[in-house]
Amino acid sequence: MISFDNVSKQYKNTSSPALDSINLDIEQGDFVFLVGASGSGKSSLLRLLLKEETATTGVVTVDGINVAKLRNRKVPAYRRTMGIVFQDFRLLPGKTVFENVAFGMEVIGKPKSEIARKVPALLELVGLEEKSHRLPSELSGGEQQRVAMARAFINQPKLLLADEPTGNLDPATSVGIMKLLDRINRIGTTVIMATHDVAIVDQMRKRIVQMEDGKIVRDQERGMYGQTGQ
Amino acid sequence: MRFSFVRREVGNGIRRNFTMTVALIVAVAVSLSLVGAALLMRAQVDRMKGYWYDKIEVSIFLCGNTSVAFTCTGAITDEQRANVEAVLGSLAPTVQEIFYESSEDAYGKFQEQFAGSAILANISPDALPESFRVKLDDPANFEKVATALQAVQGVESIQDQRQLLDRFFQILKGLQSFAIAVAIAMLFVTVLLVMNTIRVSAFARRRETSIMRSVGASNISIRLPFILEATVAAVVGSTLATAGILAAKYWVIDARLAPNLTFIPFITWEQVLAIVPVLFLVGVGITVFAASITLRRYLRG
Repeated sequence: MISFDNVSKQYKNTSSPALDSINLDIEQGDFVFLVGASGSGKSSLLRLLLKEETATTGVVTVDGINVAKLRNRKVPAYRRTMGIVFQDFRLLPGKTVFENVAFGMEVIGKPKSEIARKVPALLELVGLEEKSHRLPSELSGGEQQRVAMARAFINQPKLLLADEPTGNLDPATSVGIMKLLDRINRIGTTVIMATHDVAIVDQMRKRIVQMEDGKIVRDQERGMYGQTGQ
Repeated sequence: MRFSFVRREVGNGIRRNFTMTVALIVAVAVSLSLVGAALLMRAQVDRMKGYWYDKIEVSIFLCGNTSVAFTCTGAITDEQRANVEAVLGSLAPTVQEIFYESSEDAYGKFQEQFAGSAILANISPDALPESFRVKLDDPANFEKVATALQAVQGVESIQDQRQLLDRFFQILKGLQSFAIAVAIAMLFVTVLLVMNTIRVSAFARRRETSIMRSVGASNISIRLPFILEATVAAVVGSTLATAGILAAKYWVIDARLAPNLTFIPFITWEQVLAIVPVLFLVGVGITVFAASITLRRYLRG
């Protein structure tokens, strides 16, 4: 579903590349942890998938699409095929839980009737149907991240990108978020999650792609954080 | 993208950014008032030129007893006068009409003009030269007449009223250029203000726009609220400028100037109304232009 073919990314005014000859294949339905220190290239890799950046060399293919060749006006449609969750949740503080999820649908022009039908279903998926009229400030961090995940799911994406989704959460809350991600993965969604969280990675026993200085130093099925590469 | 959603976003943007929006409205109103004033001034000058150039004449002053010009040998003789008139007659169709004004006629006009003034006592009919007043098909053809007559015996001097008017119009032209320069400076300020307003607005809503991008909203739906926000300010500003200009026409030109300065033809309502669409076009145009290039920079996909 996703392939990186000898991909490098060099940002302007930097000496060493953010990504250095990356080769990576991810199949539909995979759950991949992207681990590594800050600055190792995890975020750059996600940004290439989102087409927020374009690879300096090499080819990134998603669902048969050469991402670099995607026309600007086709980028929005492309992004609707994926959901994104951030460490800082990115909820709108003045809007209720329901409105936050609805906002994501409004801006892509979904009709009111579809919003009214779909938002409650999404909130049910993340276990927040009871709190749909609360404001983000009245929710715990874990609940806020669930709202963000409900919003990431409005287009029923085949791919979910999560950039440190548990970075601001305590361990107990993180487990809840991981269970939710696992459920989303089990219904066929590919999940790529960048994280530092050792406990979570070890517990989940999923595929691990470890990065260091822009290179992939380990790619292991059912791996643990602490294990080093071959 | 739904209309109600866009309307709500624009409303929110304006409310959050209220002081900047007010500043933008005032800047648009002031700069467009100046643009309007410059345009009206040009219309006014054109109108006065058309009116006055139509009335101006060339005066050919004839020799009197005291004349010192080399073409004069004392007062003009009847023969010389007939010759001057014949030369003028041969200049048709450049010369359209010829009037003769004797010293007595000139004195009569002088008396009328300076009625009650002490200067009258010092002037006798002899001091005022007799003249031919000539109307040309085009005032620009003065040179033709001057060349034909300058060496003719009995002609003391030739005066082009257009020269007098031209000096006056040059002053107006200077004022007009000044108004245009100030208007351009103000438009420039307006463009910068639009850019800054949009930048602040985009920064205040960076969370919204990042969400919009991540769920795959189209560029146009991300940018439209910002552009509309600036457009609303531009339309309000243009309306104020238009109101100001219509008010100036009604209360200043029609009510005060026109009744007192009856010899000046003032711009008509048609001319004033004709610049209103120009103002709106300029106001909304530069605002949308400035907003678009700013968004290109600050809301990159």
